[in-house]
Amino acid sequence: MEALDKLKERFPQAVLGEETSCGQAMVYVDRNYLLEVMKFLHDELGFDHLADLGGVDYLGWKGKGKKPERFEVVYNLYSIGKREFLRVKVPVPEKDPWVPSVTKIWQVANWFERECYDMFGIRFKGHPDLRRILMPEDWKGYPLRKDYALQPEEEWPEYDKVRAKARELCRYEWGDRKVREG
Amino acid sequence: MGVEKETVEVAPDIRHIPGTPAFITPVDKLINWARTGSLWPMTFGLACCAIEMMATGASHHDLDRFGIIFRASPRQADVLIVAGTVTKKMAPIVRRVYDQMPEPRYVIAMGSCACSGGVFRTYSTVQGCDEFLPVDVYIPGCPPRPEALIYGLMKLQEKIRREAGHWGFWR
Amino acid sequence: MAPTVEVVQKQCGHPEWEEPFVVNMGPQHPSTHGVLRLYLELDGENVVKCDPRIGYLHRGVEKLSENMTYTQAMILTDRLDYISSAANNVGYCLAVEKLLGLEVPRRARLLRTIVCEMARISSHLLWLATHALDIGAMTVFLYCFRDREWLLDIYEKICGARLTVSYPRVGGVRLDFTSEIIDELYKFTEEFPSRILDYETLIDVNRIWLKRTKGIAVISAEKAVNLGLTGPSLRGSGVPYDVRKFKPYDAYDEVEFEVPVGKIGDTYDRYRVRMEELRQANRIIRQCLDKLSETEGEPVVAEEAPDLLMPEKKKTPQAVPHPKKGFLVKGAEVPVVPEGEVYVSIEAPKGELGYYIVSDGSGKPWRVRVRAPSFVHISSIPELIKGHMVADLIAVIGTLDVVLGECDR
Repeated sequence: MEALDKLKERFPQAVLGEETSCGQAMVYVDRNYLLEVMKFLHDELGFDHLADLGGVDYLGWKGKGKKPERFEVVYNLYSIGKREFLRVKVPVPEKDPWVPSVTKIWQVANWFERECYDMFGIRFKGHPDLRRILMPEDWKGYPLRKDYALQPEEEWPEYDKVRAKARELCRYEWGDRKVREG
Repeated sequence: MGVEKETVEVAPDIRHIPGTPAFITPVDKLINWARTGSLWPMTFGLACCAIEMMATGASHHDLDRFGIIFRASPRQADVLIVAGTVTKKMAPIVRRVYDQMPEPRYVIAMGSCACSGGVFRTYSTVQGCDEFLPVDVYIPGCPPRPEALIYGLMKLQEKIRREAGHWGFWR
Repeated sequence: MAPTVEVVQKQCGHPEWEEPFVVNMGPQHPSTHGVLRLYLELDGENVVKCDPRIGYLHRGVEKLSENMTYTQAMILTDRLDYISSAANNVGYCLAVEKLLGLEVPRRARLLRTIVCEMARISSHLLWLATHALDIGAMTVFLYCFRDREWLLDIYEKICGARLTVSYPRVGGVRLDFTSEIIDELYKFTEEFPSRILDYETLIDVNRIWLKRTKGIAVISAEKAVNLGLTGPSLRGSGVPYDVRKFKPYDAYDEVEFEVPVGKIGDTYDRYRVRMEELRQANRIIRQCLDKLSETEGEPVVAEEAPDLLMPEKKKTPQAVPHPKKGFLVKGAEVPVVPEGEVYVSIEAPKGELGYYIVSDGSGKPWRVRVRAPSFVHISSIPELIKGHMVADLIAVIGTLDVVLGECDR
């Protein structure tokens, strides 16, 4: 692929490896060089459409391909002008999960990165407004991590409060109208 | 009692006084009859079921013919139709909307998600809105057809018709 | 959060308000199309700052599908964009098929294209109905729902459900069309163009409609691409990016259709684009129906499609409810998908809908990520509302055609 060759030529130290899966090219990039690589891809190779940005947690991965780090942040790029597709993957270690933010290059990355932070706890350096987006602000844990249970034992305190209040107010209701216990 | 002898029963519990244009009926029945004819649900869509709720209110199924008109404010509504998945983040808001409604108020849990959580057995979903709301009618289905919603509303009307003794200072 | 008494007093007593007025809109609001919450800071009627808060319908679909088999996870995609569920199913099936390397029979591809375009029509009709209702044209709502009901009846004949269809399968579709359905669809395509004219007659010369849509929320082509807008919202700005043309899937490479684009990228242009798309969708359905007669009697599901995908091939299945894990099917074979990862996008009625699936070679997906167009569109509201008033916010939300189920997942 032409874009991939140009990328390797320009940043030989940043490219950690490349792969093809189902006919789609992907390239592993070191997170320290990510911002320069992305700028190059956007400005010079014409990847103007950041189709998708998301995280993957490889804890307990049983597939054949070896994964160097626990997390990966995946950028699916598309060039509307050249009709080219490229996937950029950035390995992120568990101990210090951070990735440089690409919001300055694609504005759309703003919410994608917030969602990734919300779901995996990966911090995006240089993000203008890194808050939780889907879960409430005081939610504990990062739901899409593999070690997070589908239905955790611990209840969100706000919801417990709502249930307690509902049970208390039940005695003012008409007739036999009750909320479900347990 | 003289009432039975001097009046004629024209319908269950409705008696006509012969020679006059007057009818006798218990006040509970009269009030309940009036209430069943003008149930105003709250326009409060949460998820997929809201689309079916809209379809029920729109031209084809036409809820207006039952006197059921959607109101956008909880202060003017009688029924809260919980149409869709309730998440834990949304639960305090649903409860607040319910608290804002004046009595007598009713709750219809529309769809599997509102009844029991449905397929969404996850960290963020409430497993049935009856955990924090007193639900009167459950409508299963994913989503329930408009006919099912109409049937649920009619079941609620039946329930209202059976109610007695909630009215006025003599209760 | 309600402002405290001190804040209100300060705001009201000061000749020039130092702090902007804070208004919370939603999540319970009739015009926010679901449970969208907007945190607004106002200066008079002008919006100074808009901060959309989402997540009120976050159901954990992505986490849940990691705990389901590939076949089971498909029913979750129905509930993402519940207005056009067939399109969501198709996107998911295409992604899994690409991982499996399956070739879908031609007839199945045609049938999928038909249900996708039907989904587009029903989605755009609902968009027109609610958008017009929010802006102040009630009659359109009733007209649109009348015709949408017709489409839903056809859906019901096809697969038994009105909204959450689950009609496509990995490797094909569930059932073939009967001749009755084909006749009904012919009748629909015959009638529908005149219905579109009806809607246009209702609102095209409506002075309120024109005032509230022309010149509202203008966005340039370059900006729209950078914001990640897709679908009609992007094409309204003049960028002809349409996944059906750029990366054809199903039978879109066999049919002729045009991609309508707007000129200046305001709310009115996006309305025109969607109305034109209704006509094109009708045209695509018509062509596919004509082609269906060429493939009469051919299979609608690939031979090598995994066993579980066709219910009649199931081996003594017995659903056992489990208190923690949900339903498990005992005795049935779970299709295994080879290791790999894939990003497949389709042109859903709202925009580019992408599925990024990572498989570790077992029966359950390792990761399913949904690139939802509504998520991106809502993130662009602060950009679009710049310099407008509160009332225009309703027009902006309407023109982006957002569905919160898909946005929050």
